[in-house]
This record gives sequence, C-alpha cells and structure tokens, in this order.
Amino acid sequence: MPEAAPIEVRGLLKRYGKLTAVDRVDLTVEHGDVFGYLGPNGAGKTTSLRMMLGLIRPDAGSVRLFGRDPQLGVAALEGVAGFVEAPAFYPYLSGRENLRLCAALDGDGAASRIDEVLDVVEMRDRGKDRVGGYSHGMRQRLGIAAALLRHPRLLLLDEPATGLDPGGMRDMRELIRDLAERGITVLLSSHLLVEVEELCNRVAIVRRGGVVYEGALAELRERAGVSYRLRTGEDERARRVCAAQPGIEDVCEAPGGGLLFRAAGEGAVGELSLALAESGAPVLELSPRQASLEDLFFQLTEGDGRARKERMAAAAEELA
Amino acid sequence: MPGTLTVYRWELRKLRAQKRTYLGLGAAVAVPLIFVTALAIRNGEPRDVAFGRYVHDTGLAVPLVLLLFGSVWLFPLITALVAGDIVAAEDRDRTLKTIFTRSVERQQVFAGKALAAGTYAVAAILLSGVVALLAGIVASGYSPIVTLSGTRVSASHGLVLVGASLAVYLLPILAVASIGLLFSTVFRNSAAAIVGTLMFSLLLQLIGILPGLGGLQPYLLSTQFQDWQGFLRVPVDWAPILRALWVCSLYALPALAVALVAFLRRDVAGE
Repeated sequence: MPEAAPIEVRGLLKRYGKLTAVDRVDLTVEHGDVFGYLGPNGAGKTTSLRMMLGLIRPDAGSVRLFGRDPQLGVAALEGVAGFVEAPAFYPYLSGRENLRLCAALDGDGAASRIDEVLDVVEMRDRGKDRVGGYSHGMRQRLGIAAALLRHPRLLLLDEPATGLDPGGMRDMRELIRDLAERGITVLLSSHLLVEVEELCNRVAIVRRGGVVYEGALAELRERAGVSYRLRTGEDERARRVCAAQPGIEDVCEAPGGGLLFRAAGEGAVGELSLALAESGAPVLELSPRQASLEDLFFQLTEGDGRARKERMAAAAEELA
Repeated sequence: MPGTLTVYRWELRKLRAQKRTYLGLGAAVAVPLIFVTALAIRNGEPRDVAFGRYVHDTGLAVPLVLLLFGSVWLFPLITALVAGDIVAAEDRDRTLKTIFTRSVERQQVFAGKALAAGTYAVAAILLSGVVALLAGIVASGYSPIVTLSGTRVSASHGLVLVGASLAVYLLPILAVASIGLLFSTVFRNSAAAIVGTLMFSLLLQLIGILPGLGGLQPYLLSTQFQDWQGFLRVPVDWAPILRALWVCSLYALPALAVALVAFLRRDVAGE
C-alpha cells in the first residue's frame, strides 16, 4: 500500500471573528516536492501552517500529515519538523542547550545528532553562546537545526529567509536545496518570488485566505503563455492600434515604459506590426517575453492588475 | 519516549538558568537571617505571635514564627514568582510553538511544568525553614520548646514537630502555586499572573477579617496557613491538619483542572 501524501489538506477553514484567515484551502504535497506556499503578507499562509502543525484548531476541514491528524496529538508529527514565523528559543540558554532541550523532547536519539545539525547550519562555534545574543539570521539557522534534529521526512518552513541579509538569504536557499536533494519533502511558505522560483517544483498561490492556484510551476508558466513587449515612439497611438487589432488582448503598460500584451498567435503579432507601420507609429521594439512568476503572482493575487498599478504608482510617489 | 519526567527535568534546568528563581530563593534565605539578626540586635521578641515569646529561649521557635509572618505575603509571593511565570514565560519568549511541535503531548508539558512549580515552592519553603532553624539555633540554642498547650517538649521532639509543621504548611503553598499556574496559563502574562496570585491570597486574608464572614473562615486558603499549629498541641490536634488537606485540595485541584483544559485547548497563534 503506497504511503499517504506528506501533506493533504482539505477544506481548511479558520475564522477570527468576521475575518476569514484561511478560506477552505485544499492542497496536496507529494513525496519529494519542494512545495512553494506563496502569497502576499496577510494571505493566511502562517495560519495554515499553524493548523498543519497542530498549533491551532481549524474551524472546519482537515489536515493529514502522512495520513495522520495533527489535532489528535504529536504522534502525527513523527517525521515532521519545521517552524512558523521566526523560530523561537529560550534566550537565557545557549544555542546548544536549546537544541539539547529540543532533542530531549524528541527522544529517538535526537541528542546524538546535535553536533551534526550544528555543522549543517554552520553554527557549531556559536553553539555555546546564549540565544539572547544571537542575530535574527542565527536564530533562523538554529531553527533549521532544531528541525533537523527530528530527522524529518517533511519540513514546513515559514518565511525562512525573512529578515536575512542577501548573503544569508543565499545561504538559506542553498541549505533548503541541499535538504531537498537529501530526499526531504519541503513546504516552503514565502512571499519571496525569487526564492520560490529558484527552489520549488510545485506551488500553491494564496489570496485572501484561499488557494487560487495549485500545481506545477512549469504548468503555471505554460498556462500564462507568452506576452509581448511593444515599444514605439508613440505609445498612445500604438495602444489604440493594439485595441483595434483582432487577436491582441490584455494590453497594459509595461514597467519601464512601452506596452505589454498577449497575442492569440504569432500571426496576430505579424498583423499588428503591419498595422502599426500603417498607422505611422515607429516600432522600436516588439519582442516575446515569457511570463515571470512575478507576473503570474500579481495576476493571480491582484486580479486585473489594477491593484498592481496602484501599488507601483504609490511606490513611485514615495520614491519621488 | 520522552514524557512528563523529561519535561520536568528541563523545566528545573530552565528555572536554574533564570534570575527570578534566585530572587525567590534568595528572599527565602535572607528573610530568616534578617529576622534572627534583628532579634539578636534589639533583644526584643514578637509577643503577639504564637511562639514569639520563646524566640530567645530556643531556636526551634524561630521557623514557627516565620511561618506565621511569611503567610501574609512573603511565601505566597515567592511561590507566585515561579508559578505565575512558568507558562506565561513561554508566551513572552514565544516558545510554546517550539515545544508543542516536538514529541511530547501538551498534557505532559503541563504536568512537567506543574511539578516544577511545585518543586520550586517546596524547595523555597524548606530552604527558608532550614535556614530559620539553623540561624535560630545559633542565636538561641537548641532547647526544649513549649507547645501551644503549655507543655514543654524536648528539643528533639520539638524538631520533629517543626518538620511536620513545615510539611503541613506546604499544603496551602502548593494551592497558591496551583492558582499561580492557572493565572499564568490564562493571563499569558507573568506580571499579571504573579500580582494576581498575590492579590488573590491577600483578598482571602481580607475576607477572613471582615465582620460577619466568620463562617467562611475555616474554608479560606489563608486560614490553612495556620493549620500546622495542630502539631504543636498535646495531644496532636488532627482536625485542622485534615481540614488543610481537603480545603487546599478544593483550591488546588479545580485551579489545576481549569489550567490544564486552557493549556490543552489554547491556539498558539498571533504573535
């Protein structure tokens, strides 16, 4: 009989008063996945993870970790480790002592792995120092070490790179990639698109508590298709031409100037170039552009892009 | 498999690493020393307290007088310092999520914490009692003591009675620890839980002196701080001692039960 999926979530719902933090989420994480749980801040990612780890009770729905319900006790967490939000430790104990405490509560020979996991996160020389004096990055790494003590088959990591400097973020990504290569299934909650794009094979994109996409990253890109960037000497005229042209749709302003649009096929793009020439709009650039995860993310989490434009305008105003 | 004992051992380790533990134990040691020093310097005695008149005759009287003094706020405060903090500190340090995602059940975590809070309270009272006894013997000698019935008992018999009195005194102290643990679990804030526990203790003492509420007196937790005196009568008066047992249980067990349910049901969310 095949082993149950590492994570199977069905109809998960959590409300705080009138706010629906998690709205009937369904998702499945398969063995060997590095699964990106992607969404803007406040989308309900952390609340979902808390329910997956049995820290809070759902109002409805179910979570199964390797077929077991974490609400029924810690037996469901066998082979499962991770952290939600920033990992937390006792500030008055050293890093090593915190790990000894975690290992004692884990049993199963976890204490014998302390040196090994400190080596993995490159913290052996700081293990004797009190956690109260650790930087944010060191606590994040200690959090990974504490998770690895459990010899996990499934890791749930909530924004592991948040608050790290660029070097720390790179190291964290390398560490996660290394863990995945060792066969550990990873659920990576993040709002960092680069991180997810670089590490994950499958994603769920969440918006306002609900999953708006779940599947392979490659499929998502395929579904989004190719868009085109058009730069002319006269954008307003070009926009009118595009709007009137059959097979050209979703015309919008491109970041950095020019227009972005999607086309029914290359033939429609060819027709457009002729129409632009006839209208007298000089074409400076007309190039295909594979949709980035960022495009897809905003498309899915901000709908028609209006919100994105507003956000960009606000950011530009702020910079000015 | 790790369980309650594992949690208990680590709770004790955590207590050993925290300043507040030493603050409480330090007070438990310092107060008897200050008391005996003051007695030696001023050469007076607290006549309005049971055994107060004998503090210069025998060191055995010193811990007994301190048990009465300490019951007002000192020992409840020392007890609350740890019991009120032991769960709330996890909220402050945000560490509940760390221990709840290991391989011990919540009820085992709670039991380990309750045992550790009780161990600290017992250690503080016994430490205070032993220091008071030794300091008293150094200052006033190891001599026979006069009981509340007026009979004189030998020093060795008196020592046994002091030990038994300390043991009975632990009953209301453990009840205070249970209430501290409840407040610590429910308030999720150390200061609120410590002050709340002390206020609760003082409130019961206030009720005890209000006119017209004399009928409640035997059932107040504050009254049980004097029930050890049953041992200092000849023959031993077991009635107050047995009453301390069940009255303290009536305070402690519901507090522990409510705290446990709150601990089991709580959502570890939003930080």
